[in-house]
Parts: sequence; structure tokens; C-alpha cells
Amino acid sequence: MNTSVGKPNIIAIVFFILVVILTLVITYFAARKTKTTSEFYAAGRSVSGFQNGLALAGDYMSAASFLGISGLVALKGYDGMIYAVGWLVGWPALMFLIAEPLRNLGKYTFADVVAFRLRQGPIRIAAAIGGLLVVLCYTIAQMVGSGKLIQLMFGMPYELAEIIVGFVMLLYVLFGGMLATTWVQIIKAVLLLLGVTVLTILTLAKFGFNPGVLYGEVQKMYGEAMLNPGGLITTPLDSFSLGLALMFGLLGLPHILMRFYTVPDAKEARKSVVYATTFIGYFYLIIPIVGFGAAVLVGKDLITQIGKGGNMAAPLLAELLGGKAFLGFIAAVAFATILAVVAGLTLAAASALSHDIYVSVFKKGKATESEQVKVARISTVIFGVTAVLLGILFKGQNVAFLVGLAFAIAASANFPALFLSIVWKKFTTAGAVWSILAGGISATILIILSPTVWVKVLHNPQPIFPLKNPAVVSMSLAFIVAIIASLMTPDKEAEKKFEEEKVRTYLGVGAE
Amino acid sequence: MNIEQLLNSEKFKRLVRTKWTFSFIMLAILFFIYYGYVFTIALNKQLVAQKVGQYTTVGILMGVLVVVGAWLLTVIYVIWANTKYDKIVDELKSELK
Repeated sequence: MNTSVGKPNIIAIVFFILVVILTLVITYFAARKTKTTSEFYAAGRSVSGFQNGLALAGDYMSAASFLGISGLVALKGYDGMIYAVGWLVGWPALMFLIAEPLRNLGKYTFADVVAFRLRQGPIRIAAAIGGLLVVLCYTIAQMVGSGKLIQLMFGMPYELAEIIVGFVMLLYVLFGGMLATTWVQIIKAVLLLLGVTVLTILTLAKFGFNPGVLYGEVQKMYGEAMLNPGGLITTPLDSFSLGLALMFGLLGLPHILMRFYTVPDAKEARKSVVYATTFIGYFYLIIPIVGFGAAVLVGKDLITQIGKGGNMAAPLLAELLGGKAFLGFIAAVAFATILAVVAGLTLAAASALSHDIYVSVFKKGKATESEQVKVARISTVIFGVTAVLLGILFKGQNVAFLVGLAFAIAASANFPALFLSIVWKKFTTAGAVWSILAGGISATILIILSPTVWVKVLHNPQPIFPLKNPAVVSMSLAFIVAIIASLMTPDKEAEKKFEEEKVRTYLGVGAE
Repeated sequence: MNIEQLLNSEKFKRLVRTKWTFSFIMLAILFFIYYGYVFTIALNKQLVAQKVGQYTTVGILMGVLVVVGAWLLTVIYVIWANTKYDKIVDELKSELK
């Protein structure tokens, strides 16, 4: 086939501008409502469960999921599908363990929950560092991916793409805060689900609406191996560890957790998880069909010719089945996806910097409303500019491991401290601080020594640490350190407060 | 009842116990479903490669079932929370005056 992917494409650019204008108009209306801190960080707690479910799904379905997993299925077959399944299983766990208490105890960030009955200063600093590390790793991966993507899709220079992403994302967050970011997420989630659904229907139409026929074609063209598991899952321990990181990493992602403060109460928080799981589950069920469809209809050769990692499989399929206009639409959706996810990450980073560190630690909670909003906006700019610079700095690097690292740190540094502060009476300040440090540092070091970085990025022959993802070790370590440090530093005051906070944790009495 | 009496009441304690028992049972089922899938792939590749129907494999079917199963668990939890849990929460709240 002849493709216009990689060349500046008028229709694609028109669609792209339309999406950006549409979302900016919403930002403008949201901006007029955003004056207080609660409005800036938590959209005034006015978001419904359904809306928040879409926004959560939007935050989670990044361009990496959409383009990456469809590309992985197109090139590697069934292994891509195993990956897609793994991305969903954190959501039920989030619901069972922390969704309600998180909503009832916190205000703007997950550090609010950890610090609720412990000493504010040290906890805030440690939790903010853990949160920022996760957000930073995730952001760099998104920025580098987006630069590459836009270069491939529009033929635009990498640096220009980074600056556009950074600039538009800053506009959303600065003027509209959480409300605008939520609406941008909702629109993007709807566009993405719609785009992938149309793509799936067009694909299945070629095979008489029978996925079995599609699998048959895959088998005829590439052999049975495409439909069977290959090298992704080798040893049980490795897959156990990766599964833990995917499952509990979600429970420590700051930009996901802060969405729970945008709904009015625990009931709406629960509903939002069900809606999010529904949308994400649906998305991961149909995305392999897009991948297999691309392998058969576009062909592996052309896909790898356009982009080595297979990231262009879905856009190429869109062009083949729906022409340039549909390619433009899918391109615009992919771009909106990046913008929205980066905006959500920036807001999470800004709240850690301003709410956790500046207001709670430096000002001891004594800052006026307007001062807080001002600091939040300054933090947003600082983080936004940093993101663009890091995106340009990491140009051409393989950053796929950063997403794995983000999930490993989230599962090891953030989740144990958050969870223990909700359920364990004897948890202390020292326990929390040491747990966050132990989890975060061990996850980082072990991933550097793992096959992912030590062999693939640094080109050493043998990994020092055998597992591809360290969560099983670093998460266990974080729990053990938390328990030992807490038992060594008993804190009667914290235990008393734990009893008192129960009325809020379980009944929602006094929750904002 | 004041807050202290409420927190010490048998009803409240039972609520907390039930919540975590239910949560951990659901989490255990989730683990069983997901790791059952992953370990089957790791340990029994022949089974996963077996065909159901002409071209669809056991593996593809299992992947779909894990996604649907995880979704169902979430829905079951919310139905439980909205009918059983919230009912007791409302009762306790109304006693708190």
C-alpha cells in the first residue's frame, strides 16, 4: 500500500487542530470556575462517577497502550495480548483495597492519607519524593514517545513536537486546573474508544465479522506461532513479579489516585472504578483485534519499515481501511491522548510540589487560598518546562523501561505506605518514611541491574539481578522495613488517632 | 451515641471486619484468576496452544475470560458495597447524634 504516514498531511493536521480547539474551548469555560484550591486540584469535588470513570480510563489508556499494544500484537502476536490483560487487573485491586478509604481520608493527594495521623513534615517530604519519582519516569516516557510518534505521523521535527505538547498541556492545566484536565480526559477517552471501535468494526468487516477467520488468516500468513505465547512469559517468578508491579503499581500512581478526590463521596468513587474498569476492559479486549488485523491487512514488513517498534500499526490500518480522513482522526486522537495524559501527570506533580511540600511543609498548612493557587500554578510551569526539556534530552533513547520503573516504584514506594496507613494501627512515622525510601531506592537500583536496563540499554552480557521487574523483591522489602521500623518506634498518639479516624475511613463522616 | 461509643460498638467492629474479609476474598479470587492464567502460560504452553473451534486457541479464550472475570469481580464488589455495606453505614450514621 501507499501510505501518507510520516509526511505532513493536511487532513490529519486539520483534525488535530480541531481536537485542540475543542479541548481549549472547554478549558476556557472550566477556567472561569477555577478559583479556589479545591477547584484547582479536585474540580470542586463536582465530578460524577460516570464522568470520573471516563477520566480515569483516559488517564490510564495512554498512547503507549493504544499504539504500543496494537503494535506489539501486530508484530509479536499473542504475547501482546498477555500484556493487555495484565494492564487491567490492577483496577479490581484498587477497588477492593483503597478506593473508599482514599476518598474518605484524603484531600488532594495520596500523601494526605499517609500523613493523616502521622507527623506531617517527614511523611509529606518522603511521599512527595516517591510520587514525583513515579510521575517523572512516567512523564519522560510519555514525552519521548509523543515526540517520536508525531515525527512519524506528521513528519514534524521532534523538538517542535515536544514544545507543542508542553505548551498546549500547560494551557489546559494552568487555566483550567483539574476541571479542565478532567474534561480533556473525558473527551479524549470517548474519542479513543470511538476510534478503536470503528477501527475494530472495519477490520472485522473484512473477515465476515468472525474473529476466528481473522486468526485463521494470521495463522496462514505467519504460522501458528503468532497465536501462541512466545518469549514474554518464561519463568513463573518473573511473570509473578511483573504481575505484582502492574497490579499494585496502579494503586500507587499519583495521577490516578488524585482523581478520587474529584468525586463527592465514596459511593461515586466506587462507581467510577466500575465505569473505568468497563471502558478499559472493553478497550483491551478489542485492541488485539486491531493488532492482528494490521498484521494481516497491512503486513509486518510495512509496519516495521515505518517504525521499528510497530507503533504505527494502528494508524496504518486506519489509513488502509478508512482513508486519509480516518488516519487524520486516529492521529488526532493519539495526539490528544498524549496531551491529556501529560496534563494529568503535570497536575499530579504540581500538587505534590505545592500542596505537599510548599504548603504543608514550608508553610505548615498556613497559606491563603490565593497564595496556594498561585504556588500551584508556578509548580505547574516548573514541571511543564522540565518535562519538555527532559523529553528533548532523552531524544532517541529507548525509554520503555521507564514505564516499568514507574510501576515498580509506585508499587514499592507508594502502595505499601498508603495501604498500611489505612489498615495498620501500629504504623508509625518512621515506618512510613523508611518504607517509602526502601521501596523506591531498591526498585530503582534493581531495575538498573535487571535485564531490562543492564543488558538491553547498557549492553552488558549478563544481568546482575535476574528478574525483568523487581516488584516482588522491592515491594516485599518495603513492607518488611515498614513493619520493623514501626515496631521499633511505637507511637501511642498515632494509635489513638488511628482509632478516631476510623469513623472517617469507614463511614465517611467528616470527609471533604 | 457519640463517636467513641460508636467505634466501640459491636456493629461497627463487625462492619470493619466484614469489609476486609470481603475485600481479601475478592483479592484472592483475582489473584487466582490472573496468576492462574499467567502460570498456565508459563508451565503448560501445549494446553494454551490447543484449538477451540477452528483457529481460536485456548490462550485467546483465557485472555478474554480473565478480562471479563476481573470486570465481574469489580461489579460484584460494588453491588455488595452499595446494598450491604452502605446500608449499615447509613444505620450507624443515623445513630450518631
